[in-house]
Amino acid sequence: MKMKKASVFLLSAYASAGLILFNACKSPDKGSTAANDSTATAIKPTTSSAGLTVPSGFSAVVLAEKLKGPRHLAVTPQGDIYVKQSEDNGDGIVVLHDDGGKATVKSHFGNYGGTGIAIKNGYLYATSNSDIYRYKLDDKNQVINPATPETVVSGLTNKRMHNSKSIVLDNDGNIYVNIGAYSNICEEYDKDKKGCPVLNDAAGIWQFKADKLNQKQSDGVKYATGLRNVVGLDWNQQDNQLFVMQHGRDALHDLFPSLYSTKQSADLPSECMYALKKGDDAGWPYVYYDWIQKKLMQGPEYGGDGKKEADAKYLRPAMGYPGHFAPDGLLFYTGSQFPEKYKNGAFIAFHGSWNRAPEPQEGYCVVFQPFKDGKSDGQYEIFADGFAGPKKTPDGALHRPCGLAQGPDGSIYVTDDQGGSLYKISYKK
Amino acid sequence: MKRLFLLIFPLAFFMATVASAQTRRSGTEAVMARGQIVYKSVCLACHMATGAGVPHLNPPLVNTTYVLGDKAALIKIVLNGFNEDVKINGQSYSNTMTPHPDLTDRQMADVLTYVRKSFGNKASAVTVAEVKKVRARNLRAGK
Repeated sequence: MKMKKASVFLLSAYASAGLILFNACKSPDKGSTAANDSTATAIKPTTSSAGLTVPSGFSAVVLAEKLKGPRHLAVTPQGDIYVKQSEDNGDGIVVLHDDGGKATVKSHFGNYGGTGIAIKNGYLYATSNSDIYRYKLDDKNQVINPATPETVVSGLTNKRMHNSKSIVLDNDGNIYVNIGAYSNICEEYDKDKKGCPVLNDAAGIWQFKADKLNQKQSDGVKYATGLRNVVGLDWNQQDNQLFVMQHGRDALHDLFPSLYSTKQSADLPSECMYALKKGDDAGWPYVYYDWIQKKLMQGPEYGGDGKKEADAKYLRPAMGYPGHFAPDGLLFYTGSQFPEKYKNGAFIAFHGSWNRAPEPQEGYCVVFQPFKDGKSDGQYEIFADGFAGPKKTPDGALHRPCGLAQGPDGSIYVTDDQGGSLYKISYKK
Repeated sequence: MKRLFLLIFPLAFFMATVASAQTRRSGTEAVMARGQIVYKSVCLACHMATGAGVPHLNPPLVNTTYVLGDKAALIKIVLNGFNEDVKINGQSYSNTMTPHPDLTDRQMADVLTYVRKSFGNKASAVTVAEVKKVRARNLRAGK
């Protein structure tokens, strides 16, 4: 690892090049609308609703409060909402029922924290930071035996950093799980630059059989590699393909002050949306995506200098977003309640940045990414904003969006793992 | 040669102590100002301008014995980094801290003094001599 030089660099003041709309979820706007890059536009006019700003015609309500670190969630056709919480001791999963405008708690179970949860083919799947469990559902999609889940996979790599396990299932009996890199940029594991060993047991998406019990990590297939950490992911039913959101690396300036200013280090690298196929390599830790130059760049740890482009063998993102926004939720909208343009597009929950300091923190919002024919199409739009409240910092934010799900009536749900709220956003003509 | 070293080493140590005493006389203000520059350059990106850290990821530097307690332990964290599964005030933090052995003794003393006296903290200063001592022990321990 290239150690930070002891010489201390005075912080330069950089003027922000971009606009800031609504003092929030906004990136520097370079005025470009290139095919696979995205800059935000605000949908006007907006309305204020449950402390959030949402596009005109939409309304938000707080369905529940004081949940215990709600992460991802899954909703049944009957209006039950399974929320994966960060708590153990019987609070791993809380079950709510949406009574229209407010939710009542039906039950809670599970002695493990974690992030991932999904419903498919009569089972509820949920993850701790190292295991995948499943619960059989009855014909009303209620868990039959909450105290006795089956173990689908156990012992997944869990070395503290980036250890949350997000899951999604395809239509062919497979479950996909993110195993995040237990490192920022592999510097401590690849000092001789001989190849990053973290890629062997982490930094990728693994595929397992959804109906086979007691699997180990070695029983799975490393479906895609070179992904630093994925929290938001979803199965695109139009493309029948896995889409994931990668959290990009941190500390370009801190580690390479002569190559990157603090402003560049805040904006770079891109948070990336990838459309994955089996065998893809997104290039972490060797490369990163620069959404401003629209280029895949060689990482400075591996001979890059901020200008050198990466080997073209690595997968290019389907779309690039500004640095450190922290995409924790991804949802392809298949409902009919929202206006036509939302159909088959993607909602992304940006948890909000911490690694942009001393620049202002950004994110803390839900955006909409238009899609056309299964491909991301043009600029993303701020969809729901104002989660943070007056202080847009990781410790000062009142709420931070995390998980996304679609309800049976076509409304969408957003969890907030900071304040413990569950939002429902609906549209009325 | 060996005798010369034995002579020079205590002398150097004495001079360092004098220098450190002079620093103290020259005022906490100067130390704090220098410490703040180091903090902004090295620590702020993760621990934030307020020292509050980032929930679940980067630990806070306020209201914790890791900062306010044993100075040698604190110096070691800066020298060696930190990657242990610990809870701080009931919260766990998952990010790995990078080691910073390239900081000079003076920079480390300045920044740790700054951290121990900022964000509402009111602990004693860390001296250059204290950093030097811990670093020497650290090197002997093969770190």
